[in-house]
Amino acid sequence: MHGLAFDIAHLLAGGMVVVSFLLLYQVRLFALINVFALHSLVLVLAVGWQATIQEAHHLYVTAGIALIFKAILIPTALHRIVRRLGIHRTLEVVGGVGLNMLAGAALVALAILVMLPVTTTADVLAREDLAFALAVVLLGLWLMVIRHNAVSLVIGFMSLENGLVLAAAGARGMPLAVEISIAFSVLIALIVIGVFLFRIRERFDSVDMQAMDSFREGRRR
Amino acid sequence: MSLPLLLGLPVILLAVGIHAVTTSRRSHRSHWIYGATLIVCVIALGLALASLLMDPTPATLTLPLGLPWLGAHFRLDALAAFFLVVVNLGGAVASLFALGYGQHESAPGRVLPFFPAFLAGMNLVLLADDAFTFLFAWEFMSLSSWALVMAHHQEPANSRAGYLYLVMACFGTLALLLAFGLLAGSDGAYDFAAIRAGQATPGLAALALVLALIGAGSKAGLVPLHVWLPLAHPAAPSHVSALMSGVMTKVAVYGFVRIVFDLLGEPVAWWWGGLVLALGGVTAVLGVLYALMQHDLKRLLAYHTVENIGIIFIGLGLALAFQANQMYTSAALALTAALFHILNHSLFKSLLFLGAGAVLTATGERDMERLGGLIHPMPWTALAFLLGAAAISALPPLNGFVSEWLTFQAILLSPELPQWLLKFLAPAVGALLALSAALAAACFVKAFGITFLGRPRSPAAAQAQETDRYSLWALFILAGLCLLAGILPGLVVDSLAPVVGLLNGSARLVTQHDQPWLTLVPVADVKSSYNGLLVLLFMAFSGAVAAFLIHRLASSAVRRGPAWDCGFPEASPTTQYTAGSFAQPIRRVFGSVVFQARERVMMPPPGDLRPARFEVKLRDPIWEHGYAPIANAVVAASSRFNYLQYLTIRHYLSLVFGALVILLLGMALWR
Repeated sequence: MHGLAFDIAHLLAGGMVVVSFLLLYQVRLFALINVFALHSLVLVLAVGWQATIQEAHHLYVTAGIALIFKAILIPTALHRIVRRLGIHRTLEVVGGVGLNMLAGAALVALAILVMLPVTTTADVLAREDLAFALAVVLLGLWLMVIRHNAVSLVIGFMSLENGLVLAAAGARGMPLAVEISIAFSVLIALIVIGVFLFRIRERFDSVDMQAMDSFREGRRR
Repeated sequence: MSLPLLLGLPVILLAVGIHAVTTSRRSHRSHWIYGATLIVCVIALGLALASLLMDPTPATLTLPLGLPWLGAHFRLDALAAFFLVVVNLGGAVASLFALGYGQHESAPGRVLPFFPAFLAGMNLVLLADDAFTFLFAWEFMSLSSWALVMAHHQEPANSRAGYLYLVMACFGTLALLLAFGLLAGSDGAYDFAAIRAGQATPGLAALALVLALIGAGSKAGLVPLHVWLPLAHPAAPSHVSALMSGVMTKVAVYGFVRIVFDLLGEPVAWWWGGLVLALGGVTAVLGVLYALMQHDLKRLLAYHTVENIGIIFIGLGLALAFQANQMYTSAALALTAALFHILNHSLFKSLLFLGAGAVLTATGERDMERLGGLIHPMPWTALAFLLGAAAISALPPLNGFVSEWLTFQAILLSPELPQWLLKFLAPAVGALLALSAALAAACFVKAFGITFLGRPRSPAAAQAQETDRYSLWALFILAGLCLLAGILPGLVVDSLAPVVGLLNGSARLVTQHDQPWLTLVPVADVKSSYNGLLVLLFMAFSGAVAAFLIHRLASSAVRRGPAWDCGFPEASPTTQYTAGSFAQPIRRVFGSVVFQARERVMMPPPGDLRPARFEVKLRDPIWEHGYAPIANAVVAASSRFNYLQYLTIRHYLSLVFGALVILLLGMALWR
């Protein structure tokens, strides 16, 4: 039984990394948001499975919070924001897909290289989980680096946060109060970011970071 | 028993400080606050004295505060008790003085809350028994004293002094933090008991010594880390200046003694002592030379603090050198001298700063060139200031003489050291010490003579009035203690014995109180001894005989003749000797080399009605060659990296990402 439990946990955590790769080359914003919802869904499954095999019932709450907020509420809200901003038809140039994939693969290799030797004393499940979680975090950061659109930045940030939750669930879970407060802080971050997106658009007629930089260019010094 | 009580007193002080914040709008509050600090300090003084004299065995206490896995450790041993005596004596007298002086404070809301907090911080530093509590209390002390320095922040000089103080305090604490980190080792044993038990390797111990020297030295004012001290100490209100100069520098010395003598244990290399000795000698001479160039009364006193810290460090350096060679009797003498000087300096420097405060309230002037003749309106202040000046100039029968004499006795033992470098270094430092003592005497002839003698140089000085009775009480308590410690040095040396024993492998000086006639015999009868009481009696007797003979033998007939006008027919106060003219010979001898002093006389051409002008330009070599290049480098580097402020958000994200990846790569490759 332990073998199967481990394999499924491994599969789900690895699935998150794969979905993170999917995020990297989504050109359309709706597709990006949908893939993010999938990302969160896989996280929910992974955390739920951890709750089952660790018999840590508070992790079910974590999974529930992730399901409601990250898989349903936030994607829906982002959909609405994108539609209200009228940018659902814009394409975002991501750069060479192959190159991005290669960089992502290098990041995953780095995460495994770092995590596996450090955690030799921990149990196998936690080790794998931590390595995958670090990979998801690095991929999320990489997503934030390569994207211009503010909404994509938000997605990158949220997927990074998913990686953190995965790490916490693998390492026997955080205290529940911490998880709830993190979930709420992410939600509030979304609200603040949403408000700012509209404010930015009002001011600059765009949510493209490069366009904004060109404004600032003129005011420098 | 007294440790929990002593710990409770800082808490009361903090409560008083908070009370001062909440009631800062009510009148007469300064009486309450200073009265409360006076009472608390007197109680703490009594407890510390009792612990030092009756029961110097260490008492420890651990409270569940601070870091969760460490707790807050406290310990009261002889060393802490002695420094508690110094701190609370200074605190009590400063509070007493402030009962009167605080009435003149223009911004009491900025002084009253921080004064008790400052006292509490200093008390806690002395009681701390783990690195976290120590550093916390140390920073608390620094920050509250910084707030007091900034009490009158509208003056640009004060805000600059405060800034410099803050920078140097941070730097010093950083050094101390690193020192404790080295001593605690990789398993983080931060309580002092563990550090004491663990033996550091010689290299680590030497590094910790240097870091402690930097950390505590920057707070104490060791050259070349003294630059903030003469700016910050005078900027605070005078009773706080007295505390900072007389007491806080002693807390810094305590930090050094605690780390080097107690935590590090036996010195492993003889050069430790040589390093401290040399720094002490340089500090003593440079401090007094700076002081001679000053005409601001409080700043002059602050530079003298630098000098006296040098004298204390000479004693400590000698003790280290003797200990490294297992000469514990000699080390006991050097340690006794240093500790005695710590007590003495806290007495007379507080006295002098409080006296300067009295002058400041009476005249509103700190510049000696605008004072003069104050002995007539302020005779009692003048007398107390004179006693303090005589004590700091190391004149018998006052206390300054005893400790400097003991330091010289320790230097005279240095030829017995086996290392040739130390054999030469110690007498050279002795010569520096003698030079600084002589220059200090000259400096205080200037300080007292220009301020209190002659005729008033400004209307403010002419209209001065004697200070209030609280202040006079404070001044005379300190002056009396200076005299007492001077004529009964054996008592003080005996009370210091447990401290010396604690730091010196239980070797101490011979007990003094069974010596005949209260004589002080540091080493052996044949070498040398000193008897303050006899000196006092001799001086009183010879003075009385001289007065009697003069009155008896001199003619009592009234003579009339022209008054001697020193060659100045016009009797204006501006024709008097000034502080600058008094210091000129010394400035020409020493200042032209050390400070590159340049004098220039600007004589207007005939027919021009402008007055002739005399200008002196002094340059501070330590600032110009030590600090200015660092400051310039920091400015240059920050303007070089200024463009980092104008990056785009993607660049920032890339920087974060790149840094993370590089660190992770480093971690992956390192293993």
